Amino acid sequence: MRYSALSLLGNAFSKNKNWRPAWRNPDPKPHYDVIIIGGGGHGLATAYYLSKVFGVRNVAVLEKGYLGSGNIGRNTTIIRSNYLLEGNNPFYEFSMKLWEGLEQDFNFNAMVSQRGVINLFHSDAQRDAYTRRGNAMRLHGVDAELLNRDQLREKLPFLDYENARFPIMGGLMQARGGTVRHDAVAWGFARGADQNGVDIIQNCEVTGIERDGDQITGVQTTRGAITCNKLAMAVAGSSSHVAKMVDMRLPIESHALQAFVSEGLKPFIDTVVTFGAGHFYVSQSDKGGLVFGGDIEGYNSYAQRGNLACVEHVAEAGMAMIPALSRVRILRSWGGIMDMSMDGSPIMDRTHLANLYFNGGWCYGGFKATPASGYCFAHLLATDTPHETATAFRMDRFARGYLLDEKGVGAQANLH
Amino acid sequence: MSSLVKCPHCGLRPREEFTIRGEVATPRPNAGADEAVWFDHVYLRDNPRGEHSEYWHHSGGCRRWLVLTRDTVTHETSDVVDASTLKLGEGA
Repeated sequence: MRYSALSLLGNAFSKNKNWRPAWRNPDPKPHYDVIIIGGGGHGLATAYYLSKVFGVRNVAVLEKGYLGSGNIGRNTTIIRSNYLLEGNNPFYEFSMKLWEGLEQDFNFNAMVSQRGVINLFHSDAQRDAYTRRGNAMRLHGVDAELLNRDQLREKLPFLDYENARFPIMGGLMQARGGTVRHDAVAWGFARGADQNGVDIIQNCEVTGIERDGDQITGVQTTRGAITCNKLAMAVAGSSSHVAKMVDMRLPIESHALQAFVSEGLKPFIDTVVTFGAGHFYVSQSDKGGLVFGGDIEGYNSYAQRGNLACVEHVAEAGMAMIPALSRVRILRSWGGIMDMSMDGSPIMDRTHLANLYFNGGWCYGGFKATPASGYCFAHLLATDTPHETATAFRMDRFARGYLLDEKGVGAQANLH
Repeated sequence: MSSLVKCPHCGLRPREEFTIRGEVATPRPNAGADEAVWFDHVYLRDNPRGEHSEYWHHSGGCRRWLVLTRDTVTHETSDVVDASTLKLGEGA
């Protein structure tokens, strides 16, 4: 069923008894052309674009838990394309353009809200760096605006401008950035893929990968063996764990990142704001809760929870930026597992096995990339060549010395 | 993660006294080693789900480098030794 005002009205008159599930719950078939491991945002987006744009419809998405149980439902819902590097910017801008048309495209309300993303700067050097970034963005055709302190005060009067250690001097704004309701992204892609004939198989964990020489023949799962022509990994967070099944070692460490939501407040923050002197980013949800997060915990972890030391750190950074947060109570906090790559950028490439494709290493920037990641990965799967915006995300860039170090901090996972 | 870590020199100490460096990788290769060996050493990780050996620095205590064996899912620490007792062998 296509969702529309008419379908809403019709179902209202029939007392909402005729709504159908948004996707089927099929049993796995014995064989698929493409199996995608991981029913998160990226896996579902890949299945959606594979079936819609590239005409590959005999596809299964295997999900260990339930749909949206991983990072797609655990992030702070921010979208932006304010990247500096040549290899990154066109890709994230492609993603932003897909976000802009996404709801019409997959006929699902994902509450895409382009409320603006503002990165604060606190020193002359930081202003120069943001000016450079803003100029790089504009050269790529992305909107960017440098706000001085007065312009910023008008938008965000509640910031601590006179902070003794980190006074706020201004901010770099991308007005097209914003937030998206993350669960709805998973549901929308799942529904769209399902309507195109993709089998989304939940509670189906891949336990082994079958090989014949350098060819993948299929996977062993908790719901039986399934064969395939091509196998795609989209399991960021657990990439190393799954890659181990085919003896692959990756330039990736898994780290926990926490996110928080406060009690509901009256409208207060109408953009996304990030602190330039520490790691803190905040927006306000439509329900009124402040959604915020900070840095990764800094040690390898596959546990989807964090520690109190990081909670304290995030709260301190938040207080330094917005003193009014001091009496706001935190309602919930949770953790997700990030694929931290060694240069802070993702990997989307073919592998040493002929028909195994890898998508991972998204660090904590995976959510904003969801549509483009799906589109480009589908392109790679269907044509065996990278999409023009994703040519820099090669697996061998580390060995060749072509790192994509957006933050410029070097080759160590817990620095990015 | 448990909030107390048993340092072999200082006994039970709060976790905040320690700095975590990460995976105990292969020994540092010799300067003239093959590029592939260096690549492996610098970039590749086992990143296991389960038991993991990692360097911790007791930066707020005895300032010794330690090697912890920790489960990356449960955070249970099964072993802590001084890094100097570890025999990693020669670099390639």
